[in-house]
Amino acid sequence: MKTTLNREAVIRLCERVEGAQTRAYAIPKLTDEYPSMTMADGYAIQTALRKRFIEQGHKLIGWKAGLTSRAKMKQMGVDQPSIGFLTDKMSRPENSVISTADLVHPRVECEIAFVTRERLVGPGCTAADVLQATDYVLPAIEVIDSRFTGFRFDLESVVADNGSSARFVGGGRPRYVDELDLPTIGAVLEKNGEIVEMGAAAAVMDHPAEAVAMLVNILADMGEELPAGSFVMSGGITAAVAVSPGDHVIARFQELGSISIRFEE
Amino acid sequence: MDQEMINRLGDELYAAFLSRSTIKPFTERGLDITLEQAYQIQQRFVARRLDAGESVVGKKIGVTSKPVQQFLGVFQPDFGILTSGMLMSDGNVIDLDGLIQPKAEAELAFVLKEDLNGPGITAMDVIRATDYVVPCFEIVDSRITDWKIRIQDTVADNASCGVYVLGDVKGDPRKLDLTLAGMVLHKNGELYSTSVGAAVQGSPANAVAWLANTLGELGIPFKAGEVILSGSQSELVAVQHGDELECNVGGLGRCKVKFDGRSAV
Repeated sequence: MKTTLNREAVIRLCERVEGAQTRAYAIPKLTDEYPSMTMADGYAIQTALRKRFIEQGHKLIGWKAGLTSRAKMKQMGVDQPSIGFLTDKMSRPENSVISTADLVHPRVECEIAFVTRERLVGPGCTAADVLQATDYVLPAIEVIDSRFTGFRFDLESVVADNGSSARFVGGGRPRYVDELDLPTIGAVLEKNGEIVEMGAAAAVMDHPAEAVAMLVNILADMGEELPAGSFVMSGGITAAVAVSPGDHVIARFQELGSISIRFEE
Repeated sequence: MDQEMINRLGDELYAAFLSRSTIKPFTERGLDITLEQAYQIQQRFVARRLDAGESVVGKKIGVTSKPVQQFLGVFQPDFGILTSGMLMSDGNVIDLDGLIQPKAEAELAFVLKEDLNGPGITAMDVIRATDYVVPCFEIVDSRITDWKIRIQDTVADNASCGVYVLGDVKGDPRKLDLTLAGMVLHKNGELYSTSVGAAVQGSPANAVAWLANTLGELGIPFKAGEVILSGSQSELVAVQHGDELECNVGGLGRCKVKFDGRSAV
């Protein structure tokens, strides 16, 4: 992957994204100022952000694959998946209240998450490798929050913004993967008692483990691996749904139980 | 609208069915047709098929998803009568030569082991009275030009019945999660759409209960042994010669179908 930004520009953009994330305000997409920015530049900014958070004492607990379904790619107008990192500071327990005060324009999506028991190293990581290395799977709700004005962005900017990662909730019922047919697991997203999105896990690259393998291979491009014990979200099964203070969201999964959260100011 | 007109319109549909041609929508002819009259036209159309030697083998439920209900401006499903000539069982190959402007839908079919006499039927009664469920494809077809249907047109046209294929795997509804079971549809090996049972009236069993109650009010029998196509869980798929579709229902299994020949339009 080719980079175009020098070190100084990467740090400057990293600080701009960090400010927008921690103080919850919207900024113009980065490519407005740097139109020739590449995906590699986006990941360089994301890596700088990750190192900065870790220096501040955040714990890296895993990764997420994003834009892995046709519904999501269509919704966001992009044509390839991306990845982002997850820290303990982004985690929220199920049945909790999530504050919208420190988010810009939050949206929720339901996903299948993997917890690994062996390390995974790319390139060449396959879905079979992922399933082999998986301790268990569980359902998750991801709260994404693009810091870019109007939720309009391109892939380079969204990668720099850590794949719009904001909050996540793992919960429901953990299961061994060999007891499930993951692609046909159905999921329903309800907001305030009404079904707003539906789908099956095959929406994520035909099999959610494919998305995790893709993630491991992107990590390899960056010289990283996925350590044992990682929590990995494989990407939204449905399109993302906007939430406001007062909203109650439930994600219900076949075989995997459900996750409920509320949003308040 | 008198009985003579109802018979004439039903006969017109039957003639279009026989000659594989299309007719102008009834709702564009300045006729004031009620939904009740549309069902009477349907009865005439079906009676002509029965007179020609077919028998009643079940029912289909249509207009079960929110998007389709919104499109047609109605807030409830409709139904049609399945006749013996509609069941395709020859190696799951569908001969398009017999159809006009077919589209495929992936569904769950119910086979009853007890009569269901509405009104007063609930989803719990449906589960109790069901022998088994199977994944299936319904190939809908319209005798109305360019599918320009309003609800009265499709009801009169026997709910746009074409042909159907049942899968080989039979499931006990007591062992399945009909609401959350994923529905994964592939066309020619590529993912086409995903959904869940909840897309059909909140659950396919709700749709069958609606049918039992509606038939009960109309005095139409609903007998043990009948097949009920419970409503589409996929997007409509245009099909042509050589196409292969496969649907896979979570916890249940697959139904495959292949298309051969050429439809009229």
